[in-house]
Amino acid sequence: MIAIIDYGMGNLYSVSQALTRMGYEWKITSDSEIIRSADGVILPGVGAFGDAMLELKKRGLIEVIKEIVHREGKPLLGICLGMQLLFTGSDEHGYHQGLNLIPGHVVRFEGDYNIPHMGWNELRFDRPHPLFQGVEEGYAYFVHSFHVIPDNPSDILAVTDYHQTVTAIVGRNQLFGMQFHPEKSGETGRKLLERFAALCTDRGNRR
Amino acid sequence: MITKRIIPCLDVKDGRVVKGVSFVDLRDAGDPVELAALYDEAGADELVFLDISASHEGRKTMVEVVRQAAGVLSIPFTVGGGIGDLEDMFQILRAGADKVSINTAALQQPELVENAASRFGSQCIVVAIDALYDPSEKDWYVYTHGGRRRTEWKVLDWAQQAVDRGAGEILLTSMDQDGRKNGYDLALTRTVSDRVRVPVIASGGAGTKDHFVKVFTQTRAEAALAASIFHYREVGIEDLKAELKQKGVHVR
Repeated sequence: MIAIIDYGMGNLYSVSQALTRMGYEWKITSDSEIIRSADGVILPGVGAFGDAMLELKKRGLIEVIKEIVHREGKPLLGICLGMQLLFTGSDEHGYHQGLNLIPGHVVRFEGDYNIPHMGWNELRFDRPHPLFQGVEEGYAYFVHSFHVIPDNPSDILAVTDYHQTVTAIVGRNQLFGMQFHPEKSGETGRKLLERFAALCTDRGNRR
Repeated sequence: MITKRIIPCLDVKDGRVVKGVSFVDLRDAGDPVELAALYDEAGADELVFLDISASHEGRKTMVEVVRQAAGVLSIPFTVGGGIGDLEDMFQILRAGADKVSINTAALQQPELVENAASRFGSQCIVVAIDALYDPSEKDWYVYTHGGRRRTEWKVLDWAQQAVDRGAGEILLTSMDQDGRKNGYDLALTRTVSDRVRVPVIASGGAGTKDHFVKVFTQTRAEAALAASIFHYREVGIEDLKAELKQKGVHVR
């Protein structure tokens, strides 16, 4: 079972339906016991960084997330804002601390071009990774005004180009983040989400 | 590089697609969800559902349509038509829509754009603008209520205002060109897309593949919307994308 964390931010229904179509069980939840018992966890998110951290805190989820990642090494996927929350902090509407699971910062796009970065853009895989097994580079649907700059380039698994190189997928051990919405990114997105789900349940089966 | 987007628009009334659709291989040509899934498969980049229901029940039906669409689509979609306040937006977004589009309500209370952007994020707030050229004033004016009422707003001023208040995208419909199938209004689209720094969706007037080529090569529109030419299969999405690629337009 994959726990989709419900903290009042984001489009949970679409990602849950995508998992259903792939044949994976899921629960939309903010219950820490269910999250702890899951094979893997998805942290979705749409909205503002500071609000999102506040909502996680209110529900006592910050410690739960840190614990399952650090202590248990449970697979976790942050999507869009959910990926940004994995980092040290963000400049969105003043400085806000993030979950600090991966060192790095979230900054606003700056320049004489359209913001948000909105639409289908090409993913470039930076390195081979189990997440990419059977997946080809393709287009994904992005919509964001802030982007992540990890401190360690080795945490970057895939990038895209939007007036600069933009971090698209990050990964560190069993912790992943996707800046685009895999559940809205056609075939490529479906395969990536499916790979994550498979990594979760492989682990579940081994237990 | 970011790609140009092709967006079919489905007019939905009381949960059914209107504007005769001639898809022979659809079991139910009036089912918006089935039609949407077909466009997803054909390579549409995004979809717009425009709810033209007049009744409260029709609106409630739309929320159900959104829920079903979110269950099958693997591309993003926008819902517009009759959205009047934050509660309407919340219902539609919670049901699984990626963006909401507001038109008349935004002009009646521009602070709605700000409130919506701060509550849901700019990325899901589309401001739809219906524009008609006034030859005596030599400028485009904004119309509301489905194009029936003229406002005092010039299109460029309102577009800029909407963006300043937090709109993440502008859906720009030329009333002059709408339904005529002789091409997008390039002058209007250029005027707005040159100025605002959010994506502009060109709408109204598409009749041939070449019209899409023109709007993407001669303006800064990031997306182009059309309805009947897709529904009647006068232009197929795959064909259109092949043509755009050949003409050097970057598409998915």
